[in-house]
Amino acid sequence: MKQLRMFLLALIPSLGMAAGGNVHLDDMKPDMRDKASLQRGAKNFFNYCMGCHSLKFGRYNRVARDLEIPEDLMINNLIFADKKAGALMSIGMKPEDAKVWFGAAPPDLTLVSRVRGEDWLYTYLRSFYEDPKRPLGYNNTVFPNVGMPHVLADLQGRQLFGRGQVPIGIDPLTGQEVTEEREGVLYVAEKGKLTTKEYDGFVYDLVNFLVYMGEPMQVERQSIGLWALLFLALFFVPAYMLNREFWKEIH
Amino acid sequence: MQKKNALMAWIDDRLPVTVTYEKHMSKYYAPKNLNFWYFFGVFSFLMLANQILTGVWLTMSYNPTAEGAFASVEYIMRDVEWGWLIRYLHSTGASFFFIAVYMHMFRGLLYGSYQKPRELIWIFGMLIYLMLMAEAFMGYVLPWGQMSYWGAQVIISLFGAIPVIGDDLVTWIRGDYLISGITLNRFFALHVIALPLVIVALVVLHILALHEVGSNNPDGVDIKKHKDEKGRPLDGIPFHPFYTVHDIMGVVVFLAVFCFVVFFWPEGGGFFLEHANFEEANGLKTPEHIAPVWYFGAFYTILRAIPNKLGGVVAMGAAIAILFVLPWLDRSPVKSWRYKGWITKVSIVVFAIAFVILTWLGTQPATATYTLIGQICSVIYFAFFILMPWYTRFEKTKPVPERVTV
Repeated sequence: MKQLRMFLLALIPSLGMAAGGNVHLDDMKPDMRDKASLQRGAKNFFNYCMGCHSLKFGRYNRVARDLEIPEDLMINNLIFADKKAGALMSIGMKPEDAKVWFGAAPPDLTLVSRVRGEDWLYTYLRSFYEDPKRPLGYNNTVFPNVGMPHVLADLQGRQLFGRGQVPIGIDPLTGQEVTEEREGVLYVAEKGKLTTKEYDGFVYDLVNFLVYMGEPMQVERQSIGLWALLFLALFFVPAYMLNREFWKEIH
Repeated sequence: MQKKNALMAWIDDRLPVTVTYEKHMSKYYAPKNLNFWYFFGVFSFLMLANQILTGVWLTMSYNPTAEGAFASVEYIMRDVEWGWLIRYLHSTGASFFFIAVYMHMFRGLLYGSYQKPRELIWIFGMLIYLMLMAEAFMGYVLPWGQMSYWGAQVIISLFGAIPVIGDDLVTWIRGDYLISGITLNRFFALHVIALPLVIVALVVLHILALHEVGSNNPDGVDIKKHKDEKGRPLDGIPFHPFYTVHDIMGVVVFLAVFCFVVFFWPEGGGFFLEHANFEEANGLKTPEHIAPVWYFGAFYTILRAIPNKLGGVVAMGAAIAILFVLPWLDRSPVKSWRYKGWITKVSIVVFAIAFVILTWLGTQPATATYTLIGQICSVIYFAFFILMPWYTRFEKTKPVPERVTV
């Protein structure tokens, strides 16, 4: 009982908002027209995130349609629960249970890209490190004392925070990565299934997908916008000429 | 043709259609020198129409309950056919409505449009502005995001600063001991029925009062002083067709800017749709920075400029109230700033800059430096009005021409 209390107390800081005041965020440029990236991102999300995080304002078949994933492929491979293709992407985990397990219920992620921004997400997912002081063994430089463990650790490898070797660039002669030892940095101490570059790509696809989820109609919005502006530009011509015609006589 | 006239005559005997049309359109003589600034009245009207039309369609799919509001907005954005467009037109329309109204008010300030005999037009305009602020505030609560909830929490709690009745008043407004679904329901009712009715009625009064005395102009001269043998102002032209074709041209440009934001920049960099509002309202989790939407920024900064809560509320109320008496603060013998003295010219420019800074500061977290700048700008804001009776009376004005200049 006492242990449980300590455990819960340790989680308290994670309940607060941690939008991250002055942490440096890496730049991430979403590309809504890169269907392959979005499809990989969707696959990654359904495989790694959806155990805890819902996308409860979106529907499976809308994702399938927008990302050009054949619906039967979607039903057979990406819809794990017994659900219809037109169902909302909710999850079975109860928020009250999740709150006990993680200290805070894992939030729904449909709109997370519009709350946090893509740069924040892209940096956050690459900034977990092992921290034995935390109840679940992980901490994060972007979101200190976050309740979420490093779900992608087997992909990224064991990332630590402290004094370590960090890549600083590519040697132009050998094409090899050059590293340097620095203090107060995140570094991969033991390689995971993916190289750093592959892991960054994995996270890029995932964040790209979340940016799509935040506003699924954004490509359509922009293409219709061009037509709307084109119409107004054309309409301006007769409007201008009509005005000039009438005002000719006014001095 | 004959038949049509007979029909019109039949109607006119029973309803004054032709007379009304002539009074307000084809025989309403507006000064021929109206410039760029005079577009913003029609732009405001356009945005009012936009808000009402898109609002009606949003209401068809919106669910005004604490449990369903947030999800229903996302339902509109994702599942309702063209719902995203209607919603963005409405959310962007709110900001553009305020942009148009602020420019329209500033026009009045530049050319003394509030001066005798147009005091009532100004008063009606101010009442529209006041109602519009209430309308926008309540509308912002409806998506039931974090900023909806906590913004409402902050704004409503301001009434608690009123001595004696404050706490009870706050409970009465909320209809509950905290912001809840009950608050959301009543705000929905006020937002979609009560306030729009009041605003439309006030707009009618605003325009009726304007058409009674006629439009002012950038020179601030009275065009009714010089009329032709038929009694038409020499410097006036019929509103229709001259200003209708003129306004159509302006509306196309305005809509282009509006559509650019709707289609390419709907969040407006977090100013038109705040990032925190994409997270559902949670009464147990206070956002680290609660900011009002930009159009309330100036008054929010004035509120924060005073360290005392009651003092801040009084200052904010005074900042709005003082606008109502503007027609009686300006003692200048001339209307337009073109013919007023240099003190007025400098004051208006400094005031405009201070207002923009106040607006921006209202959206930022309060740091020591920002608070100090906010206090300085608040002093400028009030000084502009409080000193107006003196500087407008004693400064040397230029002679106003007899006829308008084009």
